[in-house]
Amino acid sequence: MAETPVLTRAEENAAQIDALVNEKYRYGFVTDIDSDFAPKGLNEDIVRFISAKKNEPEWLLEWRLKAFRFWLSLGEDEPGWANLRYPKIDYQDAYYYAAPKQAAGPKSLDEVDPELLKTYEKLGIPLAERAALAGVAVDAVFDSVSVATTFKDKLAAMGIIFCSISEAVREHPELVRRYLGSVVPYGDNFFATLNSAVFTDGSFVYVPKGTRCPMELSTYFRINAAKTGQFERTLIIADEGSYVSYLEGCTAPMRDENQLHAAVVELVALDDAEIKYSTVQNWYPGDADGKGGIYNFVTKRGACRGRNSKISWTQVETGSAITWKYPSCILQGDNSVGEFYSIAVTNNFQQADTGTKMIHIGKNTSSRIISKGISAGRSSATYRGLVRIQAGAEGARNHTQCDSLLIGAKCAAHTVPYIESRNPSARVEHEATTSKISEDQLFYCRSRGIAQEDAVALIVNGFCREVLQALPMEFAVEAQKLVGVSLEGSVG
Amino acid sequence: MAALARKPATTIPFGYGAEAVARPNEPAWLTSKRAAARAVLAAGLPSPRVESWKYTNLQAFATQAFAMLSDGPADAPLALLKQTTIDRPSHRVVFVDGRFAPALSNVGAVPSGVTIRSLDDAISSDEFVVARRFGALADASSNAIAALNAAHGSGGVVIALARGASLTEPVHLVFIATASDRAMAFHPRVLIEAGEGSALTLIESHVSEAGAYWSNPVAEIAVARDATVRHWTLQDQARDATHLALNAVSLAQGARYESVLLAIGAGLARHEFDVAIEGEHAEVSLDGGYLIGGTQHSDHTTRIVHKVGHASTREVYKGVLDGRARGVFQGTIVVEPGADKTDAHQLSRTLMLSVGAEADAKPELMIYADDVKCSHGASSGALDPAQLFYLRSRGIGEAAARALLVEGFIAETIERIADEKVRAYFTRAAGDGLRAHGGALS
Repeated sequence: MAETPVLTRAEENAAQIDALVNEKYRYGFVTDIDSDFAPKGLNEDIVRFISAKKNEPEWLLEWRLKAFRFWLSLGEDEPGWANLRYPKIDYQDAYYYAAPKQAAGPKSLDEVDPELLKTYEKLGIPLAERAALAGVAVDAVFDSVSVATTFKDKLAAMGIIFCSISEAVREHPELVRRYLGSVVPYGDNFFATLNSAVFTDGSFVYVPKGTRCPMELSTYFRINAAKTGQFERTLIIADEGSYVSYLEGCTAPMRDENQLHAAVVELVALDDAEIKYSTVQNWYPGDADGKGGIYNFVTKRGACRGRNSKISWTQVETGSAITWKYPSCILQGDNSVGEFYSIAVTNNFQQADTGTKMIHIGKNTSSRIISKGISAGRSSATYRGLVRIQAGAEGARNHTQCDSLLIGAKCAAHTVPYIESRNPSARVEHEATTSKISEDQLFYCRSRGIAQEDAVALIVNGFCREVLQALPMEFAVEAQKLVGVSLEGSVG
Repeated sequence: MAALARKPATTIPFGYGAEAVARPNEPAWLTSKRAAARAVLAAGLPSPRVESWKYTNLQAFATQAFAMLSDGPADAPLALLKQTTIDRPSHRVVFVDGRFAPALSNVGAVPSGVTIRSLDDAISSDEFVVARRFGALADASSNAIAALNAAHGSGGVVIALARGASLTEPVHLVFIATASDRAMAFHPRVLIEAGEGSALTLIESHVSEAGAYWSNPVAEIAVARDATVRHWTLQDQARDATHLALNAVSLAQGARYESVLLAIGAGLARHEFDVAIEGEHAEVSLDGGYLIGGTQHSDHTTRIVHKVGHASTREVYKGVLDGRARGVFQGTIVVEPGADKTDAHQLSRTLMLSVGAEADAKPELMIYADDVKCSHGASSGALDPAQLFYLRSRGIGEAAARALLVEGFIAETIERIADEKVRAYFTRAAGDGLRAHGGALS
């Protein structure tokens, strides 16, 4: 990572930066452009710094600044409605930009710093091997900057654009400008606004008309440099009649301090297009005493703009100290379909407040929500969801099922659905159950010689199977293991 | 009933300071409770940004001016007295425009250990007991409806059943609002203490002549060990009325509380239940039916807290929405740590009869114990076309078929009333309500 001299230089600049904060624009922009770290803290100059580092066009800088000024107007008042407890985040006590050492964009894997590749391997994701074996194109994000993009040529031949968002800003500005912020506007919510101001990297996908993406697109996000909040921005556009399946998986190394992650994901599906977005989130959840862990405040939203379009979210959330995310669908096009399949596993002191929003606007739109929450230890899992049927959503249909499984007497499970219907022809159904893990099933497994922990994993995997089945093959296997591993030590 | 502060002042009842305004003959503790409630209200009424008021906006209501109690004879139109007559013996306690009307009431002989008194009578004869109960369950510091009632309230009724006492006949509380050139405000307080092993059936009727007014009743119902309280409420008020009601209930071990609420009237109505289960093997059953049209707004907010285990909750709410009406169901079930073996089920169903109606539901489960069985369900939609088709194929006209299905839908709620005569009384009101909402039904 960033070598010591750079850090020291940045620190030496700290006093100067403070002065800058107090006297904006007097000296203009002085931070060393070669620095791999932006100085600690958040102000307009940092936003300009990030934009300058990325050679962004003027309009994007303006957009970032608009977002930043709006964020300031929010007065650092984070949304307080979620069922989450955490100490106040000091947004000035974080770095907002950290680039890997390698400066120039690598053309192939060979050009990537072998140290970086080794780190990937340690994390259990042999990039090259995985890409070759599974046929997955990986746009790996290592601390905010894409360092390797594979299978690009193959995709390019089909007209599919799969690159980092920075590259997309340079190479396809018209697409980015048209769609960026069109699903999640910069003023959407506290964390999305912050992201809009300081996002560093993320993925961009464009699938042209009538094209079926031949492979699962995948990005592995990593958080590596200490004290670097990650602010990815992902934008996926499926043009008319196209299909794309996107995988997102996350791991992070052990870390003692809480780290903030505030990503924004925007999906746009035009006529007859389909986007399938799968997430396995396995970030560091903190230790057994609730110390450390990632704060995961994510805004994910998909717009089914076109007729007969479909967006499907599948998520397996096992990591993070705090999860705050509501992947949503705006069902604008007639006959469009939204789906949300979720497994949220919390253990020890983890907290998850997650769910979805299905906004039915078009006629005959339908949505399906299946949410499985498993809480163990002293953790808390909340399902929070909104189903809204607008007056014009003739014949809309929603079915929601959220089940909670409790393991242990000190955990908590909450279900908070909001159901708003303004059209009499719409049918909305919601059902939810909460119960403890079945003693009978446990006993049965134990009597067959299955160890307690394996039995719990088995039962829980059965409880989640509807969601696991919705995952692409590669992920389903990993996810099943994850669910079991996350619950280790919860029974006994 | 002792003299009340009869200030005919017309005032916007919010934006109070905390200063105490003692009323003549009012004990000091009541003045101070009133002052505390005023202090809570000084911050204004809850806005839709307050989570529990997300779907019910009081801002327009807050700008209206209401007259407090005025002098004058407590008389009620014969039609309303007749309308609220149930064809069975009962202890009838009538309030007209918020004032106890002894002349219209008819409390028969009650067994020893049972007392039915006006709040003022109870204060003068048993002040200490009333002081202890008043506000014990309806917390003015956290509940806006309780605060409004405590801040403005005067009058009410106190019913106490000693250990093992039982009333064979129900107590019927009739709240009548008469037509007035000024919008009036009533804040009756009902205090009920059902002693160990006692049984009480309580009927509440809220009816009125046409006109705008504000009714703000609060009931505090303490159900002691193994006691049973049945509580059947009919809210059938003028379409210009505002109705903000709270029933705060606590249950000891083995206690039962069964409520059936039928809400047909009021332009803006909120019916809150705040139930605390303090003892094991307690049983709570809440049924609600609402039948609204036009621009009516009917909010049903319930909160049931299982503080101990081995208790059960059953909750079923059914709404029929016509015209541009808006129905709101917010049901929270909380299972506190250690309340194992809790069995709680909740269901909300809404029937939407017309374009323009809106159904909002927020069924919440907050579970902090693991050995529980909890579930909830919510659905909304139009009449089932298959059922309509079936009836039509049997030669029943479209309108009649629809009316039949709606009646059947709401009848499920009314059927929970165990007493045949009372059931007939509710069914009649529901029928009148259905006809009143002609619209899509006729």
